[in-house]
Formats: sequence, C-alpha cells, structure tokens
Amino acid sequence: MSDTIVSLPDQRTARIPKTNYLSKENGLLSWLLTGDHKRIAILYLISITCFFFVGGALAGLIRLELLTPQSDLMATDTYNKVFTMHGVVMIFLFLVPSVPATLGNFFIPMMIGAKDLALPKVNLLSWYLYIVGGILVLYTMISGGVDTGWTFTTPLSTHYVNTNVLSTGLAVFVAGFSSIFTGLNFIVTIHKMRAPGMTWFRMPLFVWAHYAASILMVLGTPVLAIAIVLVALERTIGIGVFDPTKGGDPLLFQHLFWFYSHPAVYIMILPGMGVISETISTFSRKRVFGYTAVAFSSVAIAVFGFFVWAHHMFIMGISNYSVLIFSLLTMLVAVPSAIKIFNWTFTLYKGSITFETPMLYTFGFMGLFTIGGLTGVFLGTSGTDIHLTETYFIVAHFHFVMVGGMLMAFLAGIHFWWPKMTGRMYPEKISQLAAVVTFIGFNLTFFPQFILGTLGMPRRYASYPPEFQILNVFSTAGATVLGVGYLLPVLYLTWSLKYGEIAGDNPWQATGLEWQTQSPPLTENFAEPPIMDHEAYDYDWLEGQKEKEVASVG
Amino acid sequence: MSDSPAIAHGAADSAVHEHPPYQRHHFETMAQQNDATNFAMWIFLLTEVMFFGGLFTAYLIYRNWYYPAFVAGSHQLSIPLGGLNTLLLITSSFTMAMGVWCAETRRKSGLVLCLILTFILGLGFLGIKTIEYSEKIEKHHVPGFHYSLQSFLDPASDDAAKAAGDKPMALDMARHTEVYFSLYFAMTGMHALHMIIGISILGYMIFRARAGAYTAGHVAFVENFGLYWHFVDIIWIFLFPLLYLISRHQ
Repeated sequence: MSDTIVSLPDQRTARIPKTNYLSKENGLLSWLLTGDHKRIAILYLISITCFFFVGGALAGLIRLELLTPQSDLMATDTYNKVFTMHGVVMIFLFLVPSVPATLGNFFIPMMIGAKDLALPKVNLLSWYLYIVGGILVLYTMISGGVDTGWTFTTPLSTHYVNTNVLSTGLAVFVAGFSSIFTGLNFIVTIHKMRAPGMTWFRMPLFVWAHYAASILMVLGTPVLAIAIVLVALERTIGIGVFDPTKGGDPLLFQHLFWFYSHPAVYIMILPGMGVISETISTFSRKRVFGYTAVAFSSVAIAVFGFFVWAHHMFIMGISNYSVLIFSLLTMLVAVPSAIKIFNWTFTLYKGSITFETPMLYTFGFMGLFTIGGLTGVFLGTSGTDIHLTETYFIVAHFHFVMVGGMLMAFLAGIHFWWPKMTGRMYPEKISQLAAVVTFIGFNLTFFPQFILGTLGMPRRYASYPPEFQILNVFSTAGATVLGVGYLLPVLYLTWSLKYGEIAGDNPWQATGLEWQTQSPPLTENFAEPPIMDHEAYDYDWLEGQKEKEVASVG
Repeated sequence: MSDSPAIAHGAADSAVHEHPPYQRHHFETMAQQNDATNFAMWIFLLTEVMFFGGLFTAYLIYRNWYYPAFVAGSHQLSIPLGGLNTLLLITSSFTMAMGVWCAETRRKSGLVLCLILTFILGLGFLGIKTIEYSEKIEKHHVPGFHYSLQSFLDPASDDAAKAAGDKPMALDMARHTEVYFSLYFAMTGMHALHMIIGISILGYMIFRARAGAYTAGHVAFVENFGLYWHFVDIIWIFLFPLLYLISRHQ
C-alpha cells in the first residue's frame, strides 16, 4: 500500500464521533428548517442528484432517437421538447448549483474557519427557491413541455409556440434568484467571516474560484431575470420590446440573454476548477504551483467572461466590427484558463502522485477540459464559427467543457470530500472503475460528435442524413456506457453510508482547515475557533502538526 | 456543560460574554454581524442595479432609434402627477432616514410615526400611479391588441398632444410609440412592484416597532430596509426624467 496516501484509523476501534452535524437533531423538520450550511448542502446534494437523473433520462431519450436517421422513437415536436427540457434541467437545475450549492456550501465556511455562512436563513431560502424552480420545471414537463430550446429565442418564444414558455420562464427566474442568493452569501462570507490569520492569499484556491463565480452570479443573473420578465410580458400582454413588427429588436433579447448565459458557463466551470486545485495538490503532495496566478486567473476569467457574450451571435446579424472585437476578447479568456491548466500540470511535476479516485476524475477533467477549451477557440474565430455553428461541433464542444469538465470535477469533489461529509470512505476499487468507465463512455459519446459537426450534421433535429448513422450509433453506445458510469457512484456511495470504512479526521493527509476537524464535523464546524498560522497547501506544517500530536500522546 | 439546564446556562453565558440576544451564534461579535448584513444588503442592491440595468439599456437603444416617437409618447404623461409622485417619494425617503435616526437614538414613538408616514407616502405614490395607469388604459396606450395610434397620427384629437404642440407623425414612427409605452409599463411596473414589496415590509416593521423591536439597540433591520427604500427612490429619480421630461429643453 505504498502507492497510496490514504491513512485510516484502526477499523476495530474507530467510531464515528457521537456528536456531529448529522446526529445533533433528528426528524424531518430539523432538516427542512435548518440553518446549518452543511445540512443545506446535503439537501442540495440530494435534490440536484434527482434532477441530474431527470436530465440524464432525457439525454438518454435524445440519444435513442438519434440511433436511426428517421424520427421514429418520437415525433419531431416531441424531440424538440425533450432536448429543451434536457437543457433547462441540466443547466439551471444541475450545472449552475452543482458544485457551489453542495460542496461550496459545505466547505467554504469550513475552509476559511467560520462557523457558518454569513446568512444562514438566506441560504435555506435559496434551497427553497431552487425546489420551487424544480417543481415548476416538472410541472412544465408533465403539462406538455416547452420547445423553444433552453435559450428562449424570441420571437419564437413570444409569438410562435404554444408550449409552456411561461412556467419554464418562471422556473428559471426563481432558480436564478436561488443562485443570486447563494453567490451573495458566498461573497459576504468570504469578505467578513474569515478566521484570524486567514488572509486572502492564505485561502484555498477552492474559495477563490467560488468568489469569482459568485461575482458572476450576482452581476449576471439579474440580467437574465429581466430578459425573462420582458419575454413573459411580451407573451402575455403583448408589449413590444423584442417584437420587430412594433419596432422592437429580437437581437436585444439575445444580448440580454447571453450577457448572463455566457458568464453562466463560467459560473458552472469555475467552482469545478476550484475542486481540481484542491485534489491536484493533495494527491501530488505539493503546494499548487503558482498559487497567486491560479487565484487571479479565476478572477480574470470572471472579468473577461463578461465581455465575450456576443460570440454566441456571430451569425445573428451583429456588425462585422462587433464580431472582430468579440472574437478577440473570446480568445483572451483562453489565457487564464490555460494558466490554470499549465499550473496544475506543473504542480504534478516532481510531485508524489497517487491515483485515488478523485485524482482519476481530476485527470479526466484536465484532458477533457483542455479539448473542450481548445475547440472553443475554433468557435471564437468568426470564420470557423460561421462554418461550425448550429452543428454537432457546438454540441460536442460544450459537452466536453460541461460534462467532461464540470461533471468530472463534481465527481472528483464528491469523492474527495465524501469522507468528510459522511465520516465514511467510499469503496476505492469500484469507484476507480466508475471513473474509468465514465471517461471511456464520455469520449465514445462526444468525440464522434466533433466529427459529425465538421461533416455538417445540424443540431436540434430528430432526423439526419443516413450517412451519419455510424457515428451516431457510436455516440448512443457511448451514452449507455456513460450512464452506467454515473449510476455506479449513486449505488456505491449510498452503500458506503452504512458499510464504508470509518474515515477518521484526515484520510488524505490534506492541509485544508476542513480536514483538521472531526468527520463528520460538529454543527459549529470546529471545537475551538481555528487560527490560520501557515500558508495554504503547506505540507511541512501538516507534518509538524503530526509530530506534535505524537509527542503529546507519547 | 450538557448536563446544566439550558436556561441557567444561557443566563450565565450572557452574563460572562455579554452576548446580546439578537447576536446570531455564528458571529464572533455584534460588529461583525452588522458589518456582514450591511455588506450583504449593498450586494443585493448591486444585483438590483443589474436588474434595472437591462431595462435602462433597452431604453437607451430605442430612444436613440425612435426619438420622435419617444418624445410624442412622453407628451402623453402628466408632469404634474409625475412631479407630485417624485415629491412624495423624496419625502418618504426623508421620513425613512428620520426613522433610522429614531431607531438609533431609541425613540420608539418617533420611529413608529416615521414608518407610518413612509407607509402612507408609499401608498400615495401607488395611488397616483394607479390614476396615471387608468388614463393610459382609457386612451388605449397600453401595448398589446388594443393599442391605439390615434393620439400620434391625429394629435388634434388628443388634448395632451395638442397642448404639447405635436405634429401628425408618419405611420411608421407612430407605431414605435408602442415600444415607448412597452418600456414605460415595464420600467414603472417593475418599480411599482418594488414599492409594493417595500410597503409590505414596512407594514410588518410598523407592527414590530410598536412592540419596541428596533429601539433596543439592534437597528440593522431598519437600517438595511432604509437602504432598500432609498434605492427604490433613486430608481424613480432616474425614471422620472427619462420617461416624463424628454425634450423639455426644446
């Protein structure tokens, strides 16, 4: 077992601490009315997992339909509804809250040495808003769905479709406020709740990444909210802000919508990058190379992210000069992203690397995110974009970033912090298998779509020319493997709640403050308010702590 | 510790640490708590700025494109009523600020009076807004199926247009007045919605203030609500000139 850093307490004597945040109070109400950030994180974890599988089932239907060139599994308009609901569920109910609302909620206060988020009631409110949004989406699905695509493009959404645009819009509006309140809470907490000695540049990079993402949530989401309000008003009483027959301009809707929805992809990916910084340091036993550069690159992504939205509109009739400038700005975003990837790679250099499951997912993230990011440069270049836009190349690109990047990071984080959240280890061998299955299934699903896109297969259609069938069969087969890869963790993580090995305080020998307390933690997080007297990722300090402990016990 | 009765423990605790009852458990000091909630309120107002920012952007663009239609549209609004509303709101901001001062200096009856005055002034604003809206409905200036261009194609038939000296507009530009009224209703409607939310919270605060809730040293809620109320006021300070006073310099 020399190839692992896992150090568990003696299983014969080890016990889960009697007093912890899970055992403090019992009963449904103690969960539904809780102010504890850890319990709210668990509530979020359960609910977003449910919605992930709803969205995943819809994805399965899409891939099944695309197994054959004709639209035979479902009618074409049903297909439109299915891919729309897939997008709405996955983006607003899974990707946006995935890491921030679960891992961020749980660990930001612990990492900075606070007892809770600054506004516990607002935190609970944001979960309830999320649930209301989720119920509205489910209502939409049951009552006939919506078929505008998740982008609510006007005038399609305001004039031409008879499906449930209003309930979906309301769902996105409400879920948006949930995200605003989460971001607001994080910003206030990071500013005002840090423990003594926890300076900005001693914070884990996970916290920096969430800070950057929170800025995007707080500044971007309200613009989406007002765009949706205007769509709703146009649909109900017929105001004319986006209606060209009255002098309104549908392009304005695109500007308002993408002003949120482009930064939204950074809301989704930045917290994932935060997870990667933590895992890569822990499993290489090294401080993250270029800590300051990685910290600032998060903020740079957040800032640049606000000035690239029009690259979604290159073929929509914006001026050539806009295209030129937004193309240039888009490529600028690649710089901070590359800074992160390069710094993580240098962190690996001469590190003592071990291959526990979170690290396998981390490697998956780095490879797939790099491909996803680089194909983004193709799409930011106006010439290739005009050729590739509205094809499967786009679909493959954002799935590489969102599924290959974000979901891998989410799973890396869930495995990494599972022992802290539950006090028990997940089973190592089968989870390594799941990570590999996910990686293979993912590539089999989405790599053929790059080829399909360059060959010119358009997205958003239930049928396609027969010559594309082989690659689509590959993709559907891959989706099946991917589905297995996602089901496995649900099964063995649930199993581990009762049968997993007792993890102890710090199974990974990680340096973060969250690992220096019992697992599962106390409701107050720490028995004594912590004082930060060392830099982040200081493994020498950790060694010193251990020696001190041995000395005092011996 | 767990054996001692909770009440006795709580009493002993507050005697030693002097934690006021309104300090939340996860804050180290009262100063930290006030600092954090205050900061949170400012960030929330920032999101509100972005929310209205989308509307102001739309206004800016269409006003540049359809200037004559926007001028003709603004002539349909009543400056006396809009001016009166501006006065009401500024006064309510003053009474709100006085309310915060009363809470800080622990004047209970003063606080209740100020909150009630703010409440009444807010309702007054909404009442006048209702009068304005009903005028628009009568003249078919609400965008949608019943929108009428008559006031702009034939200004002589419309008192307000005649008084402003409007000339008949070409059909194409006249139709763009609908965009003006779309923005008018979206912007003032969103503002009114914020007023309604504010007035509801004020009602709750009056109820609590009469029980002496904010005059015992903990004024954060009144202070933060004050920030919200002033913000809603400031939005109106921008809306009034943009919607009512276009072209008044001519």
